[in-house]
Amino acid sequence: MNALARRGYYGAYGGQYVPETLMRALDELEETYLSCRQDPGFLKEFYYYLQVYAGRPTPLYRAQRLSEEFGVEFYLKREDLNHTGAHKINNTLGQILLARRMGKKRIVAETGAGQHGVATATTAALFGLECVVYMGEEDIRRQALNVFRMKLLGAEVRPVRSGSRTLKDATNEAIRDWVANVDDTYYLIGSVVGPHPYPLMVRDFQSVIGQETREQVLETAGRLPDCIYACVGGGSNAIGIFHPFLQDREVQLVGVEAGGAGLESGRHSASISAGRPGILHGALSYLLMDDEGQILPTHSISAGLDYPGVGPEHAFLKDSGRVRYETVTDAEALDALVLLSRKEGIIPALESAHALACALREAPRLSRNRLIVVNISGRGDKDMKTVAAETGVEL
Amino acid sequence: MKSIIKNKVADKFREIKEKGGTALIPFIMAGDPEMAATFTILPYLEKGGANLIELGIPFSDPLADGPVIQEAAQRALANGFRLQIFLRLLAKNRRLVSIPIVLLVYYNLIYQYGTERFLAEAAEAGVDGLVIPDLPPEEASGLQLPTEKNGIALNMLVAPTSSPGRIKAAAALTTGFIYLVSVRGVTGERPTLPPDLPELAGRVKKLTGHPVAVGFGISQPAQARQISSFADGVIVGSALVRKLAANAGSSPVAAGEAGAAFLRSLHEAMAGAAQENRENGLVEPFPW
Repeated sequence: MNALARRGYYGAYGGQYVPETLMRALDELEETYLSCRQDPGFLKEFYYYLQVYAGRPTPLYRAQRLSEEFGVEFYLKREDLNHTGAHKINNTLGQILLARRMGKKRIVAETGAGQHGVATATTAALFGLECVVYMGEEDIRRQALNVFRMKLLGAEVRPVRSGSRTLKDATNEAIRDWVANVDDTYYLIGSVVGPHPYPLMVRDFQSVIGQETREQVLETAGRLPDCIYACVGGGSNAIGIFHPFLQDREVQLVGVEAGGAGLESGRHSASISAGRPGILHGALSYLLMDDEGQILPTHSISAGLDYPGVGPEHAFLKDSGRVRYETVTDAEALDALVLLSRKEGIIPALESAHALACALREAPRLSRNRLIVVNISGRGDKDMKTVAAETGVEL
Repeated sequence: MKSIIKNKVADKFREIKEKGGTALIPFIMAGDPEMAATFTILPYLEKGGANLIELGIPFSDPLADGPVIQEAAQRALANGFRLQIFLRLLAKNRRLVSIPIVLLVYYNLIYQYGTERFLAEAAEAGVDGLVIPDLPPEEASGLQLPTEKNGIALNMLVAPTSSPGRIKAAAALTTGFIYLVSVRGVTGERPTLPPDLPELAGRVKKLTGHPVAVGFGISQPAQARQISSFADGVIVGSALVRKLAANAGSSPVAAGEAGAAFLRSLHEAMAGAAQENRENGLVEPFPW
């Protein structure tokens, strides 16, 4: 029989919708990864770097003033305390170790705000690999500091001038580079998106967030949380914290999408809440597109959520009802960022502020002593220019 | 003995092969710079010597395409390209050309249209074949596209990185020709073609038993001539799209004339190769 079986589906979502040229590379990647996944040596190396290089485990902090104010047990998973300031490093460390195993000398990646680009450039520097990061011209303009950081780390930042000149186009360009240089190049994707096996790999590498959270909450509170909140752009920090709790039916899981200027305005990035299934960047999942399937421009105050698609496993979790998806507007996220800064002395990334804002909105409705966890996926330093501009301050 | 596939694409390759020739397959972007221009340009392609036409459907995120074709798609979309309207216009204007038309469509557009409805309306519009650049055999076999029922040939892609198993899987789904991607990379003109291309094309022909048309990177008469000595079809995209765009400013007619002149130069070079093949007794028997 000459048929090849399709792989990498979460219910109806996922798959491998890529040019034929890449299929051999995806097959090799899948084969290598599936063997590494079972290999104690690989896992030991991964956890070693997570500990000594990224700084894990990250604390699960009981937000004392928020807990008092809302009368609920308010816990924050401090992914912002990772090296490079976000959860992104969990994934880039895992994938760079894979790239090394596969003997690849060159790394390509896409980046939106620059956080994944910085995390990739960082781990490429750590292992002395050549690194090319594709970034939309529009994002380069908005995120000059991260561009500088990537260059300082020895990466080449290639401006992308096609399409809308943002993350989706940078992703197209990184994949095109990979097609052209597939023999010696490793494509290091930044979220649980793209063709199989990427959504699986990135989920596994990010699951360390949820594994730690589970142990920590059982140790400090002696019980599982009632509710876990995480922001969803591509969805890697959310899958990472949710996954180890999927079997615990009593734990409510809430994914928070970027509602931008409000869903009714059309200016948002809420693929699950306002989109429908379609194919982009190699996978079938929820997308924001017009009636004929042309991908639409998106908007969010947070560049990390400004993406028209979402990981296929989220699409599956949405349909199955296991995860509830909500949206938070730019303004609500901004308020949450300010609130956490003032009440707890923690400036979260605008992305993470979406998760927090949803938790703050729902907390008053919860009965006393309920336990909630919010994933603070990154720190807010990178967003100071945006926050200043939004609050009418000139830096 | 495998049964002979009957559709206009497969028939056209047979007809050309019988004459000892190689199919010239120009690619243009539908709706570039706007929908009416496409119908002015199409007849010029046939006049220039095209044997089949590959018509690209604009997509916002064309993963397999280089800058020239990306920009063509952007122009078309910026000027209001709509697939549904285009198919209706094509149905009305299909008689302008007599040769087979193959659509190159990214899968999301078919998926959103609804596969059954898309195939029915494409067939109605006189579409003879499909190339779907982001649908590898794994996904295509799961879908069981009802192309045959609609008389539409499915033409699968094979790349230099495809294993023999993958090439056979592509062959099993193909009912027209195999689209052999000549290089690792996206569409776009290349000064030289990979030295192992003839060997690759030979291997693909042997493994698939289908006509093999080579695309990606071909822009010059000498290249077209070279490819016609070992393949069944030559696909020329970016170089033509660029020529049309350079002349579109004056008028669609001027663009069409420039396109036809360019195709004639390729056609002549390819005819020369066919002549030599015949003189050297190199016309091979063909299985399809």
